[in-house]
Order: sequence, then structure tokens, then C-alpha cells
Amino acid sequence: MTESGGSAETAGLTAATARAHSPETSAARARRWGSFYFAEQVLRVMWGYAWSILMYSVGQPVAYLFAMGVGLATLVDAESAGVFGGVSYLTFIAPALLVSAAVMTAANEFTFPVMAGFKWRRTYYGPHASPLAPEQIAAGHIMAVTLRFLVQSAIYFGAVALFGASPAGWGWVSVLVATVAGLSFGLPLMAYSASIKDDKGQFALVMRFIVMPLFLFSGTFFPLDTLPLAVRWIGWISPIWHGTELGRVFTYGYQEPPLLTVVHVVVLVALAVLGWFLTKRQFVKRMGQ
Amino acid sequence: MHNKAIVSSNPLADHPAKQQAVIAAKDLRKTYGDVAAVDGISFSVPAGESFGLLGPNGAGKSTTMKMIGAVTQRTSGELSIMGLDPDSHGPEVRAHLGVVPQQDNLDEELKVRDNLLVYGRYFGLPMSYLRPKADELLEFAQLTDKAKSKVDALSGGMKRRLTIARSLINEPRILLLDEPTTGLDPQARHILWDRLFRLKEQGVTLILTTHYMDEAEQLCDRLIVVDKGRIMAEGSPAQLIREHSTREVLELRFGSERNGTIGAELQGIGERLELLPDRVLIYAHDGEAALEEVSSRGLRPLTSLVRRSSLEDVFLRLTGRSLVD
Repeated sequence: MTESGGSAETAGLTAATARAHSPETSAARARRWGSFYFAEQVLRVMWGYAWSILMYSVGQPVAYLFAMGVGLATLVDAESAGVFGGVSYLTFIAPALLVSAAVMTAANEFTFPVMAGFKWRRTYYGPHASPLAPEQIAAGHIMAVTLRFLVQSAIYFGAVALFGASPAGWGWVSVLVATVAGLSFGLPLMAYSASIKDDKGQFALVMRFIVMPLFLFSGTFFPLDTLPLAVRWIGWISPIWHGTELGRVFTYGYQEPPLLTVVHVVVLVALAVLGWFLTKRQFVKRMGQ
Repeated sequence: MHNKAIVSSNPLADHPAKQQAVIAAKDLRKTYGDVAAVDGISFSVPAGESFGLLGPNGAGKSTTMKMIGAVTQRTSGELSIMGLDPDSHGPEVRAHLGVVPQQDNLDEELKVRDNLLVYGRYFGLPMSYLRPKADELLEFAQLTDKAKSKVDALSGGMKRRLTIARSLINEPRILLLDEPTTGLDPQARHILWDRLFRLKEQGVTLILTTHYMDEAEQLCDRLIVVDKGRIMAEGSPAQLIREHSTREVLELRFGSERNGTIGAELQGIGERLELLPDRVLIYAHDGEAALEEVSSRGLRPLTSLVRRSSLEDVFLRLTGRSLVD
């Protein structure tokens, strides 16, 4: 703390405390770092329920891996060895569980909090009156959630590795794959959330009619080509399928045509990029009204 | 951003009250579709002034505030804040301002003191500055003992004071207040006015919208009366009252059935007559004399009250609403 010299010009109200830097400095810093400043806010709020995030991040994989790996897998492996490309059933589903967990987190973090930001709590409008720009507020929100994806997927992957379900050395890359898959599903959803003026239960519908079918029909629990063509397309457009197949390449060296691997990466990144542009446009438009 | 215009118009430079305008608007317009929310208004505000926008709901006050606050782009006209165009220098303009919005948008999930710290970070202010500053502002807002409470637990007046404290975290020289006391009880309003008055004494420029005439009279050095997006009058509260109303007003109630028809019998008393559904207003230089005249005509109002003219009367006169004479 430095003395302000008691200048009558200070907006310092009672005590002689340090002075704020100039508005020009504030603006320059906000232009450069604004997204990080808002990410800091979102993380502080998350910190308030860090315990439940942690329990979710640890509890969910342990429960799934135990049920599938010890329960179901025992049956599946005994009856149909070889169907899953020569790996154990647990190894087959582990990348899918990892990606699905990130996508489900995305379905939470990019829906209700966005609605709260624009409408219920109007928390986006506080920073909007500060030097931050709407696109920085969107970016900050995304950065904080991305960090959550990373931490949660890393914990999940740790559990997968402990269960011996990631035999290949590049398995850790599946953490990044899950994070990107979370964004490629989450960012288009965020753009949609930002466009909603009134909550009429749309998010519950998204959970039931988009997230659940994607979870079930994306080659998660059985290979996609065992499904009839009539529903197989769900997998082709699903970030969960692209993420899962890509994850399998890294966790157990799943053999697929190299071109398909490239397609997975392109689809995941393209959806995320498209989602980001739509989100940005929606934030700028809605906040500028 | 280092801009010469900023430096030369910076109120922090050691010039007392008479320097150039910190806010200047010329023919400012904002339309939504076919509707003109703000329809060509012009004004300028020198540093240190308390400037009010007075008008009913939907007059265009909040839209004007959003344009000054560099969060909404104008449709046409000129606007400069600290010599900067808010449409092209949004972050720079917003860095100069403190903003108290109409609806509180505090972080309800964060604690009271954390709300101030987080908000300060948006200005890139370091924690070494923010920690003592947050304590100082909590003191100013009389919320020190609530520092660790959740925002949820605060009363409406406390939330409002916290929002004002938050708006001061960057030591702004211009404070925008959009209906600062709407929805507060009288005691909470008076506490708030006291705090705002202290800021005014420190030379902070206050821009304030309100539809409370008493608030405008308490806080504003000068104001514009806005209706349907246009300026109806401009001046100090006293000046406006002098120009658009009489010194005193006699308020009479004859009961809801007679209020509407009594006009003819009151004709000629005072300078002007205003028939409202619930009461009759007689504008006169001497209210008591007007009341005597009413009695001498054999009229017996249920209640009568002589008071000084207020901005409410000015507004009634200017907007022409309910004007029957």
C-alpha cells in the first residue's frame, strides 16, 4: 500500500490507499487479457462447488469402470472375445466413456450457466459494462470450461490407466481428444443457449433427445457398424463417435484407415470452430442490444 | 491507448469545474426497427456536474445510458465521452466509467467482498491494489460486516450499495446511475443519496436517470426532461420550476366523482388548473390565497394542501399529460 498523498482529486473515499492505474492502462490490459479476466471469474464461481466437481470427476469413472470392467466385461469377454478388435471390453469402452463424460459436462456448462449469464442472474452484463468485450466474455467462459474438461478428463484417464484399460503409450492423448470433443459438442450448443430468450425446457430436451442418443449410438458400447444403417448416421455426425474412435487409436492402437483418423480430427475441430463463431456472433448481437 | 484528446480533457488534470465537457451528445438517435427509442437529443456535461435524465418509463433514458456506457451503438448522431467515440473505443470509454445498472447484476454465487475483487480484475487491476480498495469501498457502502456474506443474504438496499461500491473499484471520474433507488424503501434511498452526495463532493461526475422527481431535486445540478426520446426541457431543478410552474400549488380533492367536473367552478383561480382523476391542482403564486378564493366560491373540498411546486409539476406541464385547461 502506498500513500496517495491525500490529494483532493482521489476517488479514494476514506483512507489513503494506492491509486488505481489509469483508464488507458485498464483498457489496454482488458484488450489484451480480457478473456483471461473473465475466465478467472468463472473459475472462482466453479471453485465454490469444486468439491462436487471433484466427486463427479472421480466418482463417475470409478463407478462406470467398475460396473463395466468388472461386471459386464467379464460376461462380454467370455462370450465374444475378438469382436472388439482383440482388446478387452473395458479397453474398448474406456475412450468412449472418457469422451462421453466430457460431452455431458459440456451439456451442463454450456446451457444453464449461459442462460444465467444473459437472463436469470445477468452475470454477463456486469463485465459487459467494464472494459471487457462480449466476445471476451464468451471466450473466458469457454476457457474456464475447457480447463474443467482437461482436469476432469485427466482424472478419468488416470482411473482408466489404473484399470489397465489404456495399454498403448500414447493413451494420454485421449485426454486432449476428450477435451476437443467436449468443445465440438459444447460450442454449437453454447451458441444455441445464447440465442434462447425464454427457458421452456429446451435444455431438458437437448439432454434427452440429443445427448442421450449420441451417447448410446456413437459406437460407445458396441462398434458402430453393428447398427443398421438407419441409425448409423447418428454416429457419423456425432462428436462422441469421432472423439471415441480417435481416442481408441491412442489408447490401444485401434486400426482404422488413416484418412478416417484425419476425418475425425477435421470434424471435431470444424464443429468447435463453427460453434465458436456462432457463439461469438450471438454474444456480440445480444449484448449490444 | 494514449490519445491526446484524453489527456487534454482529463478531469484529473488540475482544473476546477469549468473545463470542457466530459460527455457531449449531438442529435443522438437510437432506433429499434421503426421505433425511435432516442430521437435526436443533444446535451453536454462538464466535469464534476451531477446531470440527470428525468422521464417516465420508456422515455429513452436507459437507452441513452447504454450508449454513453459504450455497450449499445447509436444509430446516428455524435457522441463523445472523454473525447472518445464509444462506438470505436468501447473498452477505453468503459475504462473511464463506473456503472450502476437498473437491474443489479451482482455475482450471487460469490461473496460480497469477492464481487469487488473479481470486478476489479476486469480492469486489469492487481490484487495488491484491489484488496485494500475493496475493504475501503465496503466501509463506504456500510457493508464491512457483510464482507464474507453471500450476496443472496443482502437486502435490496444493501445490494444496491454493493453495486455502487463495485462501480467505484476502478476509481472512475464518471459514474452512470440508471434509476439507482427504484424499488428501495425510503430509508434505504436516503442512505444511498447520502453516499452519492459524498461522491459528488469529491468531484465525481454523476449521470443519473430517474423517474423520481424528489431524487432529481436532491442530486442533480442540472437535468433534462425526456419524453418519447426527445428533450422537453433543460435546466437546474429550480430554474425548471421557475420557468414551467408557479411558486406554489394548491392540491384539492373533491372525491373521485366530482374531481372531473369541478373544473368550471374553479375557473379563474390561480394561473392554471390541472384536473387529475384523483385530485385537482391549482397553480398559483400564493396557494393560501387561492384556497381562500375556493372557499369564497362556496366550494368545500374534502382535503386541501398547499405546497411548493416540484419537478413533478414541471413534468406534468411539459408532457401535456392530463392537461385539461
